[in-house]
Amino acid sequence: MAALWFWIVAVMLAAYVVLDGFDLGVGILFPFVARTEDERQQAIRAIGPVWDGNEVWLLAAGGTLFFAFPLLYASSFSGFYMPLMIVLWLLILRGLAIELRSHFADPLWRSFFDGLLFFASTLLAIFFGAALANVVRGVPIGPDNYFYLPLWTNWRTGPNPGILDWYTVIGGVMALLALSLHGALYLVLKTEGDLQLRARAAAGRLWPFVAIATVLAIPATVLARPDSLHNYHDHPVAFLSPIGVAISLVSVVIALRKRSELGAFVSSCVYLIAMLCGAAAGLYPVLLPSTNPAMPSITIASAISGAYTLRVGLVWWAIGTMLAIMYFCIVYWLFRGKVSQHADTYGH
Amino acid sequence: MDALTLHRIHFAFTITYHYLFPQLTMGLALLIVVLKTMALRTQDERYNDSARFWARIFAVNFLLGVVTGIPMEFQFGTNWSEFSRRTGGVIGQPLAMEGVFSFFLESSFLGLFLFGEKRLSRFAHWGAAVLVFVGSWISGFFIIVTDAWMQHPVAYRLLPNGVYEVTSFWGLMMNPWAWLQYAHNMCGAVVTASFVMSSVGALYILQKRDSGFGRIFLRVGVIAGVLSCVAQIFPTGDLHGKYMAKNQPIAIAGMEGLFHSEKGAPIVLMGQPDIEGQKIDNPIAVNKVLSFLIYGTTAAEVNGLDAYPKDQWPSTLPLLFYSYHIMAGLGTYFAALMSIAGFLLWRGKLYTARWVLWPILLSFPLPYIANTAGWMTAEIGRQPWLVYGLIRTSEGYSKHVGAGTSLFSLLGFLGMYTVLSILWVMLVYNIIEKGPHSTTELAAGQTLTNA
Ligand code: HDD
Ligand code: HEM
Ligand code: HEM
Repeated sequence: MAALWFWIVAVMLAAYVVLDGFDLGVGILFPFVARTEDERQQAIRAIGPVWDGNEVWLLAAGGTLFFAFPLLYASSFSGFYMPLMIVLWLLILRGLAIELRSHFADPLWRSFFDGLLFFASTLLAIFFGAALANVVRGVPIGPDNYFYLPLWTNWRTGPNPGILDWYTVIGGVMALLALSLHGALYLVLKTEGDLQLRARAAAGRLWPFVAIATVLAIPATVLARPDSLHNYHDHPVAFLSPIGVAISLVSVVIALRKRSELGAFVSSCVYLIAMLCGAAAGLYPVLLPSTNPAMPSITIASAISGAYTLRVGLVWWAIGTMLAIMYFCIVYWLFRGKVSQHADTYGH
Repeated sequence: MDALTLHRIHFAFTITYHYLFPQLTMGLALLIVVLKTMALRTQDERYNDSARFWARIFAVNFLLGVVTGIPMEFQFGTNWSEFSRRTGGVIGQPLAMEGVFSFFLESSFLGLFLFGEKRLSRFAHWGAAVLVFVGSWISGFFIIVTDAWMQHPVAYRLLPNGVYEVTSFWGLMMNPWAWLQYAHNMCGAVVTASFVMSSVGALYILQKRDSGFGRIFLRVGVIAGVLSCVAQIFPTGDLHGKYMAKNQPIAIAGMEGLFHSEKGAPIVLMGQPDIEGQKIDNPIAVNKVLSFLIYGTTAAEVNGLDAYPKDQWPSTLPLLFYSYHIMAGLGTYFAALMSIAGFLLWRGKLYTARWVLWPILLSFPLPYIANTAGWMTAEIGRQPWLVYGLIRTSEGYSKHVGAGTSLFSLLGFLGMYTVLSILWVMLVYNIIEKGPHSTTELAAGQTLTNA
């Protein structure tokens, strides 16, 4: 039961990364690939109807984490206080930028919000990557199960790390690259014309960097937290995720060459999911590793809610998630096809 | 200021600001359904135009509700970590349900409602409006269940590791406090929406523009206003007060400024509480009314604050007293104004009665004040408890997050929300200025607020 909730939260977070990931990716890339006002609108319209729904996965995952693992929610959210506040502000700015740029026709107004969208999306991608890396690396948990991390200390991993150190910076860069690629592939899938051509070119140029970063991430993780290999040792099934990473990464290029737009985007989704699974498999059953030798890590067993809570939770969670998936199918189906170059219609 | 105080201000400020938007969108969602229903029944296109106009205002407020709501979801963990650790198993439940059952519904169908008019049949488009309404009202319900459990904990037990667990899911959902609070609160949301709608109607009529629409807005707004303003006081406010008197008698004594227990207690309509002297300065009081309101007889004894130990008194008494009196005073004014307007509407004189149109035009900020004051009453009345009778506020905050850090992020939110307020004024002004006729769409991107 407890393990099931670990994977439920992991799946919800993965859904968030895959779905909102392409919104962020579009936000990062569009100043480079969308040159004219028409193209910018085209890019925005490709995410306009869906970004809010995508973001809800983050909220739902947060809520689920709250009731299934209250200790983890309490300890990590207060411990990562500053970066979380910054993420919240960036999420506010990102939402505003997407929605408000088209309200007034003034070019200055629009340029401002375009810049804001780029700024917020870029920093969000970096922060999310760094956050994941912090969880993988571990934090100095104190005797009462709480901790507080400064933004940086000496940039080294070890017993007293900061939010930012060499490892988490790699995590941030990795996420920036991977989400940019993801957003480029989404634009290739959803748009046409010059915008699509440039997005395709951008994807081709980003791919090698993503591949290099992926290959570097493995030794870096082992250095930052040697324990992460334990599970791979004990349960060789875990190797499915690195294998998934490799296959999907290769199939992104193959699909791009073959002009299979959907194939390339789906491969990128699989890539992100496999990366997250790899991290989760390395952690399980730990939720937040401790870098403090005197204190045990926060684990599923130490953070899990009461049994009755989890039982009822499973019932409404299953119903609610099924409904949510149904809404998503309706929305994405109505919004199928390409976003045309001109503002008046959706193509199809 | 110490860390605890800063965390309290942090939470109070961000939640109060967030609630400025949902109170309008929840009420407006209902009124948009009313307009869409009229359009279906009368086949009069003006009702569809009106619905489209209000949908634009809805979308802007929804956007601000969304961006200010996200920080709320995380603030339990960031600023109230000890509280979250202990009660997550209980209140995490309705909070997560709010996300799963309502935010997905709302965000999906709002898009359909806003862009789908050309692609959906008339009836399906009406259905999308209903689903947006249902989504926002479910959202209100779950958040109130959460709050009600903090006001009046039910169906819980304490586990050996010091955390609380639900013992009965239905017990949690059927908390009587939650249903009373929900009825009163949703009614308050309809009050806000009907004042805003009537106010725009009055504006158009006084400006002598779009007066066909002005009349529709006034008619719908005033009828909804009469119903909701009356229901706000009776039965919902009255029942809520009676239930509180049973379960949070100290809070009632604080709200009413009743320092000493009394038989035939008077109600204080106005005055300034003086904590040192334990009396109300300059009171205007009506004898025996409080006993009657709470117990239905003028002779009943009402416990004053002196019946309880001082460490259980609400910690900011004057604020509690004033918030409650502002809410109740405004409630009386709303009911009076809307009744007069309703009467004139019935006699067919409302559209020319400038002496009523002006107050209607100017009153739109007041429901926001009343709703905020109501929540201040509820939340300050709960002090010094975070979860009534179980956890004190001073035990619940994040002890590892220092005062300086909290002050920094509070200032960040203050700055951010100042900008949001300016944008809100610009956007809403722009929509009202363009009016319901506007066919001159911008060559816009299709995003939620640009349908
Ligand atoms: C338009 C807004 C509005 C108006 C006119 C009123 N209220 Fe109210 N009231 C609210 C909006 C509100 C609210 C914001 O919705 C509250 C806060 C929590 C809640 O559920 O509802 C609330 C709470 C609230 C409480 C509970 C406080 C607590 O939980 O500690 C009581 C006893 C009343 N109200 C009573 C009244 C009475 C007797 C009114 C009549 C004059 C009245 N309210 C008018
Ligand atoms: C719009 C509605 C709300 C408003 C205006 C509001 C207002 C406030 C205020 C003024 C305080 C500070 C009280 C004090 O410290 O003296 C507060 C505290 C708090 N409220 Fe609310 N509140 C609202 C809804 C909610 C809801 C729905 C929840 C729960 C889900 C909630 C949970 C809390 C918590 C956890 C605190 C901090 C602890 C405390 O000070 O007691 N509030 N709120
Ligand atoms: C501590 C308390 C609260 C939390 C954690 C919270 C959380 C949130 C979040 C995360 C959103 C954005 C949803 C999205 O992305 O679609 C939101 C919006 C919303 N909230 Fe809150 N909220 C709180 C208080 C309230 C209260 C007191 C009410 C009303 C009774 C309310 C009603 C709504 C509604 C109707 C929306 C939909 C968006 C809108 O219309 O503005 N919330 N809230």
